[in-house]
Amino acid sequence: MDFTFTEDELAFREAISRFLMTEAAPEALREIWETDTGRSPELRNKIAEQGLTALSIPEEDGGLGLGDVAWSLMTQELGYYGIPDSLADTAYLAAGVLTARPQTDNLERNQQIKQWLTAIGEGSIRVAVGHPVNPLVADAAVADLLILLDGDDVHAVTRKDIDVVLRPSIDSSRRLAKVSWQPSRDSLLASGEVGKAIQQQILNRGALSAAGQLLGLAQRMLDLSIDYVAQRKQFGRVIGSFQAVKHHLADVASKIEMAKPVLYRAAKEFDDESVDSSVYISQAKIFCAEAAHLAAKNGIQVHGAMGYTWEVDLQMFMKRTWVLESTWGDVSFHKARVNEFVFDANNKIGPGQTFGRT
Amino acid sequence: MNLTYTKQQQAFRLEVRQWLADNLPEQKLASYDTREGFEQHRVWEGKLFDARLSMVMWPEELGGRGCDLIEWLIFEEEYYAADAPMRVNQNGQLLLGSTLIEFGTDEQKKQFLPPMAASQHMWAQAWSEPNAGSDMAAITSKAIREGDHYVINGQKTWSTRASFADWCFGLFRSDPTSSRHHGLSYLMVPLDAEGVTIRPIKALNGKDAFAEIFFDNVKVPVVNRVGDEGVGWRVAMATAGFERGLLLRSPARFQQTARKLVELYKANQQTADNDPSIRNQVSEYWSAAEAYALSAYNTVGRLNQGDKIGAESSINKIFWSELDLKMHETAMRILGSRAELLDNDAQEAYWLDGFLFAQAGPIYAGSNEIQRNIIAERMLGLPRA
Ligand SMILES: Cc1cc2nc3c(=O)[nH]c(=O)nc-3n(C[C@H](O)[C@H](O)[C@H](O)COP(=O)(O)OP(=O)(O)OC[C@H]3O[C@@H](n4cnc5c(N)ncnc54)[C@H](O)[C@@H]3O)c2cc1C
Repeated sequence: MDFTFTEDELAFREAISRFLMTEAAPEALREIWETDTGRSPELRNKIAEQGLTALSIPEEDGGLGLGDVAWSLMTQELGYYGIPDSLADTAYLAAGVLTARPQTDNLERNQQIKQWLTAIGEGSIRVAVGHPVNPLVADAAVADLLILLDGDDVHAVTRKDIDVVLRPSIDSSRRLAKVSWQPSRDSLLASGEVGKAIQQQILNRGALSAAGQLLGLAQRMLDLSIDYVAQRKQFGRVIGSFQAVKHHLADVASKIEMAKPVLYRAAKEFDDESVDSSVYISQAKIFCAEAAHLAAKNGIQVHGAMGYTWEVDLQMFMKRTWVLESTWGDVSFHKARVNEFVFDANNKIGPGQTFGRT
Repeated sequence: MNLTYTKQQQAFRLEVRQWLADNLPEQKLASYDTREGFEQHRVWEGKLFDARLSMVMWPEELGGRGCDLIEWLIFEEEYYAADAPMRVNQNGQLLLGSTLIEFGTDEQKKQFLPPMAASQHMWAQAWSEPNAGSDMAAITSKAIREGDHYVINGQKTWSTRASFADWCFGLFRSDPTSSRHHGLSYLMVPLDAEGVTIRPIKALNGKDAFAEIFFDNVKVPVVNRVGDEGVGWRVAMATAGFERGLLLRSPARFQQTARKLVELYKANQQTADNDPSIRNQVSEYWSAAEAYALSAYNTVGRLNQGDKIGAESSINKIFWSELDLKMHETAMRILGSRAELLDNDAQEAYWLDGFLFAQAGPIYAGSNEIQRNIIAERMLGLPRA
């Protein structure tokens, strides 16, 4: 039993963090927002060079073969730096689906999937992922490939086979679209029970990825708020010395600290295919969303009117927070999943039931 | 990261579970806030000690069994899951005990720890004074050295179960010219010493849950001092955070309360659902208790790697005290008009007792306002006022 990260894992996170700090500074993000696609091929290339796109690609397909635990660290960095890129959707969600999909007799198809996986690892394609919990598909218009669901079926559709209608979001870093398409035998990846299982996996990965980003966002908004209250003066002293202000931020810090291990258990138990991992993921989504929500709320409060402006960096992270809170299952959705578990007479709960139920 | 228990850990869990199943008192013990109940608890803890299950983390030669922190968590999980009696000597065992293990001399450890583990000596904690509550550095009780002993004068207050305890430990001003956290010494004082007067204070439940302690020229040998003279504050603080953050309130306690709350809800679902928000609250608190357990496992993992506990002890303290309060408030709402029953044998009394005690959680062990200040200043680096 060891519920901590290895030095390698922490060092990798640290390296990514340092890289994003310079490559994805707020000014750069604002520039990317302004472009039509909202995406920067240069940034994506640099991210790929760091190995992030290959994180969960199997080693035999040229990737690093890491799993959900590594992503629970990386998604925090993506959130912290507000990366305007559907990196996690491509390299975590879609890569997961393509790897999970069973091999078939169709050699050509297997070959193609292998190519897609390699391309994801190299960072040369974007994949958008649709799911009924999200009414709109993020990045559909710029994706080369789309994973889309139809009943119990899972399909992989190329960009030319879909129609999109773009819909603007309050989060300028997002590119949402309504997608129309026709399922076909050619695009089918999995169906029936296998399809259902993959769909569930997509939802769980999406929620876990959103949870990690929310936690990173919460930390960023807290850091921005600390910086602000340490220099803004009123009544002849910095406002960070006022107890009411301190307590606002102490509450945010507490929420973040308590959400972290919830996220990590979810990631690890998901990786271990524990029977309860869906519940753990829902808990993680709830805890991380609540931490980020409070970080935004208290963040804008301690910024005063500055917090209500376009100029201040806080807004970039607040808006991401608000949209991610309800993406991949909103808080109500995840609470319902937890409730179902807690009140089910067959589930053992209480002391000693925290880990490793099989 | 590896979330499976080792064979040895699993075997320990089963051993504890079996021992508790075989040895738990058949009758519920009386409240330890009464003399009678206090003595019943003493007997129970003696039994735990005989099985070397009293202080599992202490070294064997001091009456423990040398368990690591993970095994301690496992022990606590089994202990609470079995609904075993609440521990009555925690102030001594967890606060003073850990301090002695770190700062005590070999003689002190040999003399004080085994009887403490066996609850032959029950300990009261004597930090607070009438004018030194949150501001503990305002302590004025004096301990003036005269040769091989100190002479203590002053008053302590809010000392939990001092009415029944055998010993107390606390901070006293050994340098009369000093101020704030300088010049304090950490002393252990027998409560039957000449010059000690105890005045019980009735708590909300009408019982003598704490007491004032008056010291009138009380002589205490110098060997009863923990750590060097004048650095008592540092000695006390070195263990306070650890206790507040981890040992004092193990997560199993709240996981068990959460589990019972789920049961209470299910047994009263029809009335409880009159307020549909209750269902969500119950499930939310279960999740929160889980989060606290996860956080403890994470902290333990880091401590095992040599880390020190930091401001997270303040975060934990706020978290468990507020969670405990919320869980009991919800239980009271589920019970509705039955919640007021004080009858000790009634099932409801479990919740009422807990509800009353939960009121104190945000106050004792450093009030939650003070914990928020600590988080803001020491963890976030915000300036002091
Ligand atoms: C059930 C129980 C058991 C206890 N057991 C023991 C024991 O065994 N031994 C022992 O020594 N003590 C014990 N205590 C005492 C406890 O440690 C103190 O009550 C606590 O430290 C608060 O001090 P106080 O009661 O003097 O409150 P005060 O310090 O008077 O505080 C009153 C209120 O003002 C707030 N406040 C004070 N200063 C600040 C500040 N700087 N910023 C913001 N808010 C502030 C507090 O948070 C609180 O809300 C116990 C208390 C209780 C309730």
